[in-house]
Amino acid sequence: MTMDLGAGDRVDRLRHLCRLAMRMLPASGAGLSVVARDSQVSLLAAADPVSQRLEELQFVLGEGPCVDASADRSPVLVADLAGEGLQRWPAYASAVLEAGMCAVFAFPLQIGAAQLGVLDLFRAGAGSLTGAELERALTLADRAVTVLLTDGPDGDEPLGATTELFQAQGMVMVQIGGTLPEAMARIRAYAYARDRRLADVARAIVARELRFERDG
Amino acid sequence: MTTVSAERLSRIFVEVADTLVDDFDLHDFLHMLTVRTADLVGASAVGILLADQRGQLRFMAASDEQARILEIFQVQVSEGPCFDAYRTAQPVLNADLAQDVRWPEFTRHALGAGFRSVHAFPMRVRQEVIGALNVFGSTVGGNFDEADVLIVQALTDVAAIALLQERAVRRGEVLTEQLQGALNSRVIIEQAKGAISQAHDISIDAAFTALRGYSRRTNRKLTDVAQAVLANPGLIAALPRD
Repeated sequence: MTMDLGAGDRVDRLRHLCRLAMRMLPASGAGLSVVARDSQVSLLAAADPVSQRLEELQFVLGEGPCVDASADRSPVLVADLAGEGLQRWPAYASAVLEAGMCAVFAFPLQIGAAQLGVLDLFRAGAGSLTGAELERALTLADRAVTVLLTDGPDGDEPLGATTELFQAQGMVMVQIGGTLPEAMARIRAYAYARDRRLADVARAIVARELRFERDG
Repeated sequence: MTTVSAERLSRIFVEVADTLVDDFDLHDFLHMLTVRTADLVGASAVGILLADQRGQLRFMAASDEQARILEIFQVQVSEGPCFDAYRTAQPVLNADLAQDVRWPEFTRHALGAGFRSVHAFPMRVRQEVIGALNVFGSTVGGNFDEADVLIVQALTDVAAIALLQERAVRRGEVLTEQLQGALNSRVIIEQAKGAISQAHDISIDAAFTALRGYSRRTNRKLTDVAQAVLANPGLIAALPRD
């Protein structure tokens, strides 16, 4: 299968995405960690060296927003690192504050049970994300998921969020005897290769008109 | 509709309060709430949509399969009473589907499914609307009076409370964290339904029944069981077929 997370091209695209996040939100730092099947971090991409260090530090210390977002499967938004942050992650928050960041926002890169990683956004100023900033952050997290699910040019396909697509992911996982991310990547690749809408492919899978086979 | 008896109403609120103090499963709870609401107001079906904070409504719960299909259909065509209630923060009341021209696509499907009336109530947390609850009826036009509106709005507010599992939402961030978590756990359930349906060669609905049955027998949350099944597909074979 194609979940070769170390692919250089993919790291470049993820790093680009982190830089895009800094400009769009805006944010003072952005990093992204990809979690492998054994819940070890297999890849880091960051917008700059400071973000890279803050990203790595969470795994050294075993605490931080990225760790919590992954465990809770929901965003972890801490607008005031000096207050709530220090209580939650004494060691990590002190290090981040020392690096000049006062707020951190972590977004899990996931679709249902498939956890692919976490996107961390850091800010020098304390304070909440506005509604528009939250929207942009969620959109960027979706972008990162598509990058992680696809190798080729189909990375531009939107994620899709229909109930049938999620059901189809579970069905294909069993059909190919693989993981959920593998199933999602197979469905996307199929739709892209045949120029079909993801929702239509999902409908065909759920209607049992389309079936995927095990690899090789 | 006929006036709801105080006894039936209080029974539901006791059930709700009982569930909410425990470590409850959100999706099981919302399903129960839709079934009880339908029962209480004599409606045919009730459904709940939740906003993903990017203005998109997503399916969360329905009292039955017909309502589920209609809710998903509303999401796909981006029109319907739930959308209006969500956008305007005002309830949509007593819409007569035979006469109403606001949502042509939705209305055609709703009439086809045998519904004649629809109501929608905004789901609110403080100033923010986070979703909406739909009530579908089989009587022409629906006939909610002021008292009915108050009751269904109260039940809709209960759904919002359930979505915010922390007693006191200390900060605005918690709302986002929990809503996003709720949307994702709904996805986990759909994925597990697909996996079970494939492995046992049964319908998606039968797969849901099997998942719920397993969660009840083992006294584990629906979401946890769904997650376990997806993490270890070998478990699926052990799921009894209901």
